Amino acid sequence: MNGKLVTGGLVVALLLALALTGPWVAPHDPNRQDLGQIRTPPVWAGGSPAYPLGTDSLGRDLLSRLLWGARVALVVAASSAALAALIGVPVALVAGYTRGHVDTILMRVVDVWMSIPAVLLAIALMAVLGLGLWKVVLAIVVVDWTRFARVIRGEALALREREFVEAARAVGLSPARVMVEELLPNLWPLVIVLTSLEMAVAVGVEALLSFVGLGVQASVPSWGAMIAEGRGYLMVGWWGMGLPMLALVAAVVGFNLLGEGLRERLDPRLPTAA
Amino acid sequence: MTEPILRVSDLTVRYGRRLATRQVGLELAAGEVLGLVGESGAGKSTVGRAVVRMLPECARVEAGAIRFRGRDLLAVSEAEMRRRRGADLALVPQDPLSALNPVFRLGVQATDALRIHRGLSRREGEREVARLLARMGIPDPIDILRRHPHELSGGMRQRVLLAMAFSCEPSLVVADEPTTALDVTTQAQILRILQGLQAERGVATLFVTHDLGVVAHLAHRVAVMYAGCLVEVAPTADLFRAPAHPYTEALLNASSGAPTPTSGAGGSPRGDDGPWSALTDAPCACPFRARCPRRLAACDEAMPLLREIAPARRVACHLHG
Amino acid sequence: MADPGMAQPGPLLEAHALTTHFRRGGVLAPGRSVRAVDGVSLTVGRRETLGLVGESGSGKTTLGRTILRLVEPTDGRIFLEGRDITELSARALRPLRRRMQMVFQNPYASLNPRRRVGRIIRQPLAVHGIPGDHDRLVADLLDSVGLPRDAGRRYPHEFSGGERQRIAIARALAVRPDLVVADEVTSGLDATVKLRVIDLLRALQAEMRVAYLFISHDLATVRQIAARVAVMYLGQVVEEAPTETLFTRPLHPYTRVLQASQPPPDPAVPWEPPVLPGEPPSPLAVPPGCRFHPRCPIAETRCRVEPPILRDLRPGHRVACHLAG
Repeated sequence: MNGKLVTGGLVVALLLALALTGPWVAPHDPNRQDLGQIRTPPVWAGGSPAYPLGTDSLGRDLLSRLLWGARVALVVAASSAALAALIGVPVALVAGYTRGHVDTILMRVVDVWMSIPAVLLAIALMAVLGLGLWKVVLAIVVVDWTRFARVIRGEALALREREFVEAARAVGLSPARVMVEELLPNLWPLVIVLTSLEMAVAVGVEALLSFVGLGVQASVPSWGAMIAEGRGYLMVGWWGMGLPMLALVAAVVGFNLLGEGLRERLDPRLPTAA
Repeated sequence: MTEPILRVSDLTVRYGRRLATRQVGLELAAGEVLGLVGESGAGKSTVGRAVVRMLPECARVEAGAIRFRGRDLLAVSEAEMRRRRGADLALVPQDPLSALNPVFRLGVQATDALRIHRGLSRREGEREVARLLARMGIPDPIDILRRHPHELSGGMRQRVLLAMAFSCEPSLVVADEPTTALDVTTQAQILRILQGLQAERGVATLFVTHDLGVVAHLAHRVAVMYAGCLVEVAPTADLFRAPAHPYTEALLNASSGAPTPTSGAGGSPRGDDGPWSALTDAPCACPFRARCPRRLAACDEAMPLLREIAPARRVACHLHG
Repeated sequence: MADPGMAQPGPLLEAHALTTHFRRGGVLAPGRSVRAVDGVSLTVGRRETLGLVGESGSGKTTLGRTILRLVEPTDGRIFLEGRDITELSARALRPLRRRMQMVFQNPYASLNPRRRVGRIIRQPLAVHGIPGDHDRLVADLLDSVGLPRDAGRRYPHEFSGGERQRIAIARALAVRPDLVVADEVTSGLDATVKLRVIDLLRALQAEMRVAYLFISHDLATVRQIAARVAVMYLGQVVEEAPTETLFTRPLHPYTRVLQASQPPPDPAVPWEPPVLPGEPPSPLAVPPGCRFHPRCPIAETRCRVEPPILRDLRPGHRVACHLAG
């Protein structure tokens, strides 16, 4: 058990717990406006216990919004990572195992794709698609599947040369079976690590998109949107912007630590994400 | 009898939970070649590396002493050890490729020892090493030294490593399976060189190998290890002619290459052949008892001690006293 | 599975002028060819063991893989029981793989580390649709290679090198092939373990009526298991003879040097390392004429220019040398 794994694991577990229990633990509806109580500070800085972490410019409870924001972050993170893996891994397997022309073509596609600045692509996509949580997921997947493809293909190429793969061919397995039965089981550790790291990225991207107003809808609480909103009254108090930022940093660092910890634990010689 | 140049006593090395060597003791006289044989896991490489104090990080020397010219090498500082390594005490490693730095030309690496210990310049060092290589029968040594390791064959690399080891005229060389990774014809050439060097300089050599054929024609005496213990030591001719320990006998049978109706000690070909030299942490019994065809009741009860049964012959076996 | 009662005419496996070249260098920079196997013809009869001996660069491993079409030949033909399998498509070849299997050199690498042993052995049974209770078949196979019947539940890393090799042998024999290519199966194993594996192979050969193409660099081992031996040098067969003949009366200078190079494990037998200048050559740079001439102790002018042909010098004894016989 190494430090990174434990710390990251705890943070992610906490995030998960909060996200799951959010709707029941949250003291208020995150969208409920209390215009008589706008921009109140947290309870320890002079605010009221009814709004433990304070309120935003529309009098919405920050604690509730943070909890619901955790749900959004987690849903986006998990779905994007899973879908990106679902697309990237098969492409990588086929490219890495078959090599030759198929590999060359697929990797050229990946190269071109990756040469487009990720954030710009995401923003452009969202501008075209419009706001919405699942559209955010789509944008992230579109941009980031190549990360999986690249790294997994490298590992698949190396694995392919191992003797047990040749042995499987000698037994008479078809290429499809070799990929699924021989290569894939040896790739799981890497896929798991990459998925973890990808979740860190996804959380960040969602926050960024929501920050600039191209993320989830206005009715859905998102840490990114909260940061943007809280920025507006930074002079009054730090909590409107600071609290969601803390949450964001904690989540990203948590996923990163988990990913790095898993990498060290599962196999120190695995490459990190490209 | 003069004091041996190397005396190892009671050497016990542990890797994590596993005992790699158990109270191993042996001596080497000046100018003598001692073959240290055993199968994988027997601990022979561990002994060799312990002598030059180049054991891996996880190894712990729990007990014992390694007296080289009277000084206990296990007790000296690393700085002191560095002064000796390459100069008085040399190592010829097993894998010539990983033992050489791929980035540097051979001339640079091969002269390291001469430059550090004898203060020669690189040019002088290269001349010296080239002379050695020429004595080994290499036609164009200066050219060889200009190249990088990957440009040469395994046999050539091993010759360079030999030259490096002998360049500072050490009094003790530890050869750790130097021919295992080579083709048999290349191995024969290296053995020829070793025989020549031995005839010419008479350097005391601890030759670690699993190949009994090599030992038969290169070593003056042979020490056999099993499961971390030294089980027999004898002059070469005596060992092959009349092995005292049942394991030595099994090893000789297996190596003889003659077609056998059944396999060696241990019964039918369908018997279990888990690691032969697997260590059982059972110090109160003979480690070989599970596979010994001549096992006695005493073998289960007490660890046999290394005992002298004839001049210069020692065995650790209850069958002999 | 072949019916032993029905005699099939001709040898089990036949290779005709088999050639495998690898191109070095990429599409843009045409490199030189690695002539790993260069015109090899040999046959393996039913239930016989042909030993294939050579050092690094000899091409013996590539030949083994080419015969099984794990590597595609550049030229020449392969016949399995008279049927030309050289150019069969992967799909057509797959059912034939049941007849020819391989055991690989490195027991630490040839078994998928993430699969249980039982699953590994069962795989060929599933792929080729062998009828019967697979679980029992796997247990029977483990038993026949001297491992406990329930070893299938464990992972490869729980076994020693010798035991893993037994598992690999069990996998190869699972589908009762007619031919098994054993590629350096005892290299890296201790002497005592080697002996057991050879004994096992011999016992299984009698029981399962399988033929072996036994590839090894170790003459002593080959001598224990092969009925005939072919010696390879730089991609070609230089001598082929019944085992004892090859060992007691070798005709090719390379075979002689090879034999003389291994020090006998007996100090009473006088031994001098034979002088063989140079190194085992690289298949990238093949000498003209007889490939062995740069290192041959008896080479003449003719040898530098004209490649010798592999021909029968005595019945059953082929040699490729101008000066032999």
